[in-house]
Amino acid sequence: MAQASNPQAPALKLAPTPGQTIGPFYGYALPFDKGNELVNQAHPGSIRLHGTVTDGDGTPIPDSMLEIWQADEAGNVVGKDGSLIRDGYTFTGWGRAAVDNVGHYTFTTLNPGATEQGKAPFIMLTVFARGLLNRLFTRIYLPEDTAALAADPLLASLEPERRNTLIAVREGDGALRFDISLQGEDETVFLSYPREA
Amino acid sequence: MSTETTSTETFTDSHALDPAATSVSQDAISAEITDIHAAYRQSVIDGAKAETQPRIDFAPYRSSLLRHPTKSLHHADPETIELHSPAFGERDVHTLESDLTIQHNGDPIGERIVVSGRVLDGDGRPVAGQLVEIWQANAAGRYIHKRDQHPAPIDPNFTGVGRAITGANGEYSFTTIKPAPYPWKNHHNAWRPAHIHFSLFGTDFTQRMITQMYFPGDPLFSLDPIYQAITDAEARARLVATYDHSITSHEWATGYNWDIVLTGSNRTWMEETEDEN
Repeated sequence: MAQASNPQAPALKLAPTPGQTIGPFYGYALPFDKGNELVNQAHPGSIRLHGTVTDGDGTPIPDSMLEIWQADEAGNVVGKDGSLIRDGYTFTGWGRAAVDNVGHYTFTTLNPGATEQGKAPFIMLTVFARGLLNRLFTRIYLPEDTAALAADPLLASLEPERRNTLIAVREGDGALRFDISLQGEDETVFLSYPREA
Repeated sequence: MSTETTSTETFTDSHALDPAATSVSQDAISAEITDIHAAYRQSVIDGAKAETQPRIDFAPYRSSLLRHPTKSLHHADPETIELHSPAFGERDVHTLESDLTIQHNGDPIGERIVVSGRVLDGDGRPVAGQLVEIWQANAAGRYIHKRDQHPAPIDPNFTGVGRAITGANGEYSFTTIKPAPYPWKNHHNAWRPAHIHFSLFGTDFTQRMITQMYFPGDPLFSLDPIYQAITDAEARARLVATYDHSITSHEWATGYNWDIVLTGSNRTWMEETEDEN
């Protein structure tokens, strides 16, 4: 896997443990009650983030699990515990959703704010699936701040059609639509970070 | 890449491949694995860097064919949210959740084991106070999952799901039952080596990983395309727990040790670099 190395990133002292596929049977183990509800639907400012996960034939994948990790509306990284119990009052910034039988997922969350002045706000996304031998990372950018998107270094390093795979579509009811294509013409851009190996 | 139309998966058969794929012999799958590994070893001799992770494009694991990106992963310099990780604590996980043998009215059938170790980052620092989740088949190789319908008994006293929060030194410990191998439909007469699924978090969300822990000396290792998708022999060995008699307890359970190393945190060095600038 090609990976541009960051010359400043120090080498690892230990070799990282290999990943493996999540397999087909995580469904009774990892999803939990309200895991995909970072906020209640009645919460002011709550939005739906949703989309479909598809394979190289464009066929929906029915056994994929997604996790998101994001800042709150003010751009603060919250980092509070309590994600697994979802008391209905605590925004922790993290959520987990299994796709349904037709590969569709839904999170109820908030629009993240920019974590730094002038930065384009995005939600971090991790993809797991049967058939996928290691997790994939990507970013879900909010579409509104076009100046910040134009100045974003990651987006600027991509061809226009590939760049668009990382920018969510705002729907009429305020929902964010973000489809994930694991392979093919419209393949989502997946990311590598420094210090992975 | 296969261009043949495969049958549409449904919820009930989504772990099954089409009949043509499942008629492929173990010998044919093993020969594919052997060729890929030989090419990898040659590449290392020729100066390529040793691989630490599985190939995501690994045709002997047939389900990967249409489910791996064909374009290179794109390098990203991590930004604020990517330099932090979700937090979990005692609110989230009760200490009893790490014992998979006490979740029902009776004792589960099988070989009681303790699996313990540490979660470290790529710099060798313990990952403290983080969530570890496991799930596994029972002593007959059967999962409590409606998609697992192979003819092996369900154990009413074993679900096979556990959670723990790591201690101050990154340590975790689970009490469970040794899982058995089970058949699957990648090819004809395909069997998975016995394994426990592990889900792990680090201090940065970029360290998030899911993997599988195996048991020493499993005769199915060389036949399994999921395990062998890790082309490097030393990397494969990192997924195999060690029998540890110091974890074994008198007249109660045998013990295994397995330490997990996540990728490197980017927060520390990036903050230091920023300070220098």
